[in-house]
Amino acid sequence: MFYRENGQFKIAYRADQQIFPIAQDRWAVLALIAFAFIGVPFLADGYLFRAILIPFVILSLAAIGVNILVGYCGQISLGSGAFMAVGAYMAYNVFVRIEDMPLVLALLAGGFFAMLVGIVFGVPSLRVKGLYLAVATLAAQFFCDWAFARIGWFTNSSSSGSVAVSNLSFLGWTIDSPVEKYLFCLTFTATFALLAKNLVRGAIGREWMAIRDMDVAAAVIGIRPMYAKLSAFAVSSFIIGVAGGLWAFVHLGSWEPAAFSIDRSFQLLFMVIIGGMGSIMGSFFGAAFIVILPIFLNQALPWVGSLIGVTVSTAMISHAEFMIFGVLIVWFLIAEPHGLAKLWSIGKQKLRLWPFPH
Amino acid sequence: MKFRQIALGLALATAGLTGVVSTSVATAQEKVQFFPSLTGRTGPVAPNATQFANGYADYMKLVNARGGINGVMTLVEECETAYATDRGVECYERLKGKHGGATVFQPLSTGITFALTEKIPADKIPMITSGYGRSDSADGDIFKWNFPLIGHYWVAGDTVLQHIANKEGGWDKLKGKKIAVAYHDSPFGKELLPIMEERAKKHGFQLQLLPIPAPGVEQKAIWLQVRQQRPDYVVLQTWGVMTPTAIREAIAVGYPREKMFGTWWSGAEPDLKDVGAAAKGYSAVMMQHGAEPQSDVVKQILSMVYDKGQGVGPRNEVGQVLYMRGVVGAMLSVEGARTAQAKFGKGKPVTPEQARWGYENLNLTQADLDALGFKDVMRPVATTCSDHMGSAWARVHTWDGTKFVWASGWLQADKTLIDPMVKASAEKYAAEKKMARRSKEDCQS
Repeated sequence: MFYRENGQFKIAYRADQQIFPIAQDRWAVLALIAFAFIGVPFLADGYLFRAILIPFVILSLAAIGVNILVGYCGQISLGSGAFMAVGAYMAYNVFVRIEDMPLVLALLAGGFFAMLVGIVFGVPSLRVKGLYLAVATLAAQFFCDWAFARIGWFTNSSSSGSVAVSNLSFLGWTIDSPVEKYLFCLTFTATFALLAKNLVRGAIGREWMAIRDMDVAAAVIGIRPMYAKLSAFAVSSFIIGVAGGLWAFVHLGSWEPAAFSIDRSFQLLFMVIIGGMGSIMGSFFGAAFIVILPIFLNQALPWVGSLIGVTVSTAMISHAEFMIFGVLIVWFLIAEPHGLAKLWSIGKQKLRLWPFPH
Repeated sequence: MKFRQIALGLALATAGLTGVVSTSVATAQEKVQFFPSLTGRTGPVAPNATQFANGYADYMKLVNARGGINGVMTLVEECETAYATDRGVECYERLKGKHGGATVFQPLSTGITFALTEKIPADKIPMITSGYGRSDSADGDIFKWNFPLIGHYWVAGDTVLQHIANKEGGWDKLKGKKIAVAYHDSPFGKELLPIMEERAKKHGFQLQLLPIPAPGVEQKAIWLQVRQQRPDYVVLQTWGVMTPTAIREAIAVGYPREKMFGTWWSGAEPDLKDVGAAAKGYSAVMMQHGAEPQSDVVKQILSMVYDKGQGVGPRNEVGQVLYMRGVVGAMLSVEGARTAQAKFGKGKPVTPEQARWGYENLNLTQADLDALGFKDVMRPVATTCSDHMGSAWARVHTWDGTKFVWASGWLQADKTLIDPMVKASAEKYAAEKKMARRSKEDCQS
């Protein structure tokens, strides 16, 4: 009853083509963004920001990037961690090697280099498909792990191979408190999410989806597979690269190649699969699931244990966390193979009738 | 249909509860000194890091049984990192404000140390990294909050080479020899290399670098290289499951264990007990203490903690190498707080900032250590504003098939060699960060 478009007449094509054609959606999303920018800084404390919200916001951005490639264009990639690493290390190099380099430009430069690497490692996608492509993109992962661990130039010849940045600032605004870091990352994520949402609704997004659904048919109707696939790789790895830069600069502050290992690639892929392939909203759900749930379990288990009078050892908590997390992944995938985003849209569909049965 | 509703409900409930639980843990206790413990009880280093965590927790219980720090009881809360940097950072954020504020962190992971080094100055919490972490953080003029007390990797590297040189009959005998370093391919492993390279340059031996990717259960290629090139010695800078694997592979390619030397993270019971007699002859340099089942502190832990049924780990592991490292780590944490209490008020919990002063002005004489039960376990430690290490002694022990026996006397790292390296590296760090050395006044505070 409350969530219906009855009575919302569109008298121009523009109105019909906006991102959220339904007024309730529009207001809900605006309210959500306003809440994230204005409400959350008043509600959350330092721990919530640094340990949960900042990683969540940054990995959501990375998941959006992966979703463009995997969810929209159908090219399975296991090289996302590598693209994050390229973004982080190149942003670092640009940042420390060029005097007075603005932070935002350095991060975007990191994204740019990640894009170049993404295009190069996207070339095999023109010939190999599906799982074979996943194996081919693994090469990107191993190559980058090797390059950043072995080539001294990337780490500014740091003896330990670990690099660090500090004194982050943007147009005179020093980004050091958790709230400022959160807002900085959120600005990036919100901007890129909006851009990505628009991109996938447009001509290029439709090309990606056509390639995903059936590349032969797409080629027949005049879509150039090379252009579509490589542009998906480019856009995706650009966004992932920026997320990598944020992860390194803002979240970690000091990092080593292990921060972007193959585990990170898998983590991002799982975010997309669990969150929902081909859905920008799903990227946020997936990131929330993968980032927040383990930490929640880790903290909730001793609490639950104390409720029933059992002291759970640290190791046991950790094991239980893995087991429950694994079970939940399986359960969610059985309950809804199309991911959490599908649950979301089912919920919206039901809301059209609620609270009346007809 | 119902299934989906449950799924949706669960997802929303999870998101909501996370916020609630993380803030609802009460912090009402009074008069306790809170020591957080970042543990590695699971993951690739679990066999080793578990002992450290047990030793740390047990010693804190012993301190309480002895009457606390001038009456202030210690409190330990653990958080599991599984040796992963991002989880370690999350744990740090979770624990730092609890129970009146974390006194000091001991992350037991070089990766986490690097990440926290960027965070602790802003939070004003000291961090002890005994035997690991950043070697250059021994320069307290630049690393105000880091304390690599009683040793860092360069001390380990220098003393292990000293031992090899002693075996050969002097540094000049090393000329033309080939020494291989098999190291954990991460900041942990690479931190050792500068001192090895420095010594190689100085004495003219050849260095062969063999990086082992973590977690290190696949090392065939590296040991094939060892078999082909036959280095005169192999130094292991490994941690966790990597060490027993390396020793097994060495046995497989027939490399003599007598020519293999571990640093102090690669020579403990969990590394060797499964290999057993086949590992006989393997040696490792030890950061002051080794396995100390006969020491007074271990006897006290057994009688005052384990006999009361409060022990954290298995009784037969009390006094083993890594357990002792946890005990020593806890002792240093506590004594720093005690030193701070002497200045800022006895019988009151100290803030992390005050505790930092304590770690910087630590002066543990042999008499103090003996009184604490560390007779023949440790040598005196005295830190200053510019020296955050305080002591650079080590010994070498050898595995005799079932246990460790001492194979050398006390070795002291060559300060004339290491200090300039520490200073140069710290200067480089400061230059990158655009920060200045601490002023004289800052040292007084």
